[in-house]
Amino acid sequence: MQRIGVFVCWCGSNIAGTVDVHAVAEALKLEPGVVFSTDYQYMCSQAGQNIIKEAIAEHKLTGIVVCSCSPRMHEATFRKTAAAAGLNPYMVEIANIREQCSWVHKDMPIGTEKAIILGKAAIAKVNLNAPLTPGESPVTKRALVIGGGIAGIQTALDIADAGFPVDIVEKKPTIGGKMAQLDKTFPTLDCAACILTPKMVDVAQHDKIRIFSYSEVTEVKGFVGNFDVKIKKHARYVKEDVCTGCGDCVSKCPMKKVPNEFNLGMDNRHAIYIPFAQAVPKVATIDPNACNMIKNGKCGLCAKVCTAGAIDYTQKDEFIEEKYGAIVVATGYNHISMDKFDEFAYNQSKDVITSLEFERLTNAAGPTAGKLLRPSDGVHPHTIVFVQCVGSRCDACAEKGKEYCSKICCMYTAKHAMLTRDKYPDTDVYVFYIDVRTPGKNFDEFYRRAVEEYGVHYIKGMVGKVVPEGNKLKVQASDLLSNKQLHIDADLVVLAAAIEPDKSARPLATMLTASMDTNDFFTEAHPKLRPVESPTAGVFLSGACQGPKDIPETVSQAGAAASKVIGLLAKDKLTGNPCIAHSDEMMCNGCSSCERVCPYGAITYVDKEFRMPDRTTAIRRVASVNPAVCQGCGACTVACPSGAMDLKGFATSQIIAEVDAICK
Amino acid sequence: MSHNSNLQDDIIRMSGVNPRKCMRCGKCSATCPAYDEMEYHPHQFVNMVENGDIEPLLKSESLYRCLSCFACIERCPRSVEPAKLVEAVRLAVIRQQGANRMKPEDVAAIADDETPQQLLVSAFRKYSK
Repeated sequence: MQRIGVFVCWCGSNIAGTVDVHAVAEALKLEPGVVFSTDYQYMCSQAGQNIIKEAIAEHKLTGIVVCSCSPRMHEATFRKTAAAAGLNPYMVEIANIREQCSWVHKDMPIGTEKAIILGKAAIAKVNLNAPLTPGESPVTKRALVIGGGIAGIQTALDIADAGFPVDIVEKKPTIGGKMAQLDKTFPTLDCAACILTPKMVDVAQHDKIRIFSYSEVTEVKGFVGNFDVKIKKHARYVKEDVCTGCGDCVSKCPMKKVPNEFNLGMDNRHAIYIPFAQAVPKVATIDPNACNMIKNGKCGLCAKVCTAGAIDYTQKDEFIEEKYGAIVVATGYNHISMDKFDEFAYNQSKDVITSLEFERLTNAAGPTAGKLLRPSDGVHPHTIVFVQCVGSRCDACAEKGKEYCSKICCMYTAKHAMLTRDKYPDTDVYVFYIDVRTPGKNFDEFYRRAVEEYGVHYIKGMVGKVVPEGNKLKVQASDLLSNKQLHIDADLVVLAAAIEPDKSARPLATMLTASMDTNDFFTEAHPKLRPVESPTAGVFLSGACQGPKDIPETVSQAGAAASKVIGLLAKDKLTGNPCIAHSDEMMCNGCSSCERVCPYGAITYVDKEFRMPDRTTAIRRVASVNPAVCQGCGACTVACPSGAMDLKGFATSQIIAEVDAICK
Repeated sequence: MSHNSNLQDDIIRMSGVNPRKCMRCGKCSATCPAYDEMEYHPHQFVNMVENGDIEPLLKSESLYRCLSCFACIERCPRSVEPAKLVEAVRLAVIRQQGANRMKPEDVAAIADDETPQQLLVSAFRKYSK
């Protein structure tokens, strides 16, 4: 029989406000096995923890139940307290009487009754608890960063500077991501390339960083400290280590009419291309869908002009397998499609563009060499209408758009409007806004400058429709403050399209068993206290894959993710979770059901000798769990038809005892 | 500000619209083809119903300027459906004794071959009991 101590926490008024904590402590005193029961204002405080330690010693407790907040909050705290008092930490159970009780009930008698029931369930479980000892596993001292935008670049640099090797996997032919496509960056207006490309060069030259460009992660196995990752390197038909990036092949390539994705299709590139001048790695890539040599064997000009002999039309996709201790997701974002927003005529007129297209139109390396010209006729626009919140902040039932605020649009639109007025004072610039959201350092000052110094017309209201007519765009909009409907003949309409996570994020999350929200943003382990970690151990989050972010925020989060990775890789061994599956070999019938459902590949089958009742020896096939790989998810315990699989610390008998206690 | 919570409840119930979902973007009024004909514009309709300020709406000619084209419903990013509120206020008027604006028989006389079918449907909904 256990000797159980019960500790009921008030959590100030958080619990005591709707739960009679004295009554709970008194009621639980009567439960089987309980030899001590008390309540205290803050159990997690030093004084509260001392009460627990003293009670363990004084009453020779073999198990404790803390009725407090969610185990996610303080289970680790109280386990440490128990361990300090000489009790096995896995003899601690938490009854959550805050999140699932006091916070959801308003009525004291009901809250109290439920708290007592939850306490009884935890006591029933502790009665069946057994001490557990966690195993240890080694740490592979190498990190993988998935995504080579500013988030991935910063994370990789910070990890590598701490002395750990890092691999960056980038699906495009070059690292740089969205930031490489931007013109200027708010709120200081430094040019994006000027601050990004030195970092890209740092990455290329760092002896601890390897770049796998034009590559993607295809398989992830293992667990924190010991991930086995398969990376697919797409054939670029150019030998990366031989190509000098001189660009002779590009200028000679006769296939010139391939839409240039770096300029969002606003101009063309060749079939063999280097995305932009400062690309890293600066290596040419052949687009196999456009290259005549690869499609039908007719051409081969690039191979002829390449003095380095880097062209290889027979190159095949290559698979690389590598071990990593930590994985950082930095897969970034994209604009949503404007297909569902017909009212803005995006698909009807070339002069209705997204903000990212506007960036390319004003970028010196863009399709117009930095001159703001209308995409349809190359004429300088005089009246420009910016529309904010296109597809952001939409109702969940609206079938188009996203529920969240995309966060970066207010600032980049202010930037676009300001720069346009600065460079072209002959333009009229209108910005239609619902709210202007500028809560960042020097952000609101920046927006006010656009209005006060540059005379940008900010109009509280929305554009209802855009109709192309002749060479004009008829914009119909509302001005809510003057209570008027406006009709503007615009030359260019710029849509601040909502942003969404990159499409590669969802399949990647499945591979990593990392959780996502309904918008496909990666979920953090705790929204406030663990913002750069995924709930999946060893997986970290950097940049806009976790939620909309501007560059300063992305860079800070990238650094934070790196410091978490460094903290992990600095360890020689990791303490595992002892709550793992184990199989009762006498009951196992060797059916393989558990092996098939195990998401971690932790179960294998072995042939083992068993003594039979008639003293003969028989060889039977039984399940065997690798304790270093098992994560304790419990899928096997459900799948096992003979009841041989059980989870330590969450045994079927313990769960049934809890249910019995609740239903009693 | 006059506040008529009974009428407000009726309008909200009849329309099935939750005006609290409005984020005041003004896209309804930006999109409305009858905007200049109206005393109270679509976004004001939503706001006034939310505030229980129904009496002025009952008396307003704006009720009969709405074309029921549903462009505001189609484009509202918050799924507020302003045209349904206009419709509900219209119904509230029609339900009062003797408040019919015209008889159903009269609609046929006004309609000609050019009249879009949607307009006819809306007209019946507007003007008959």
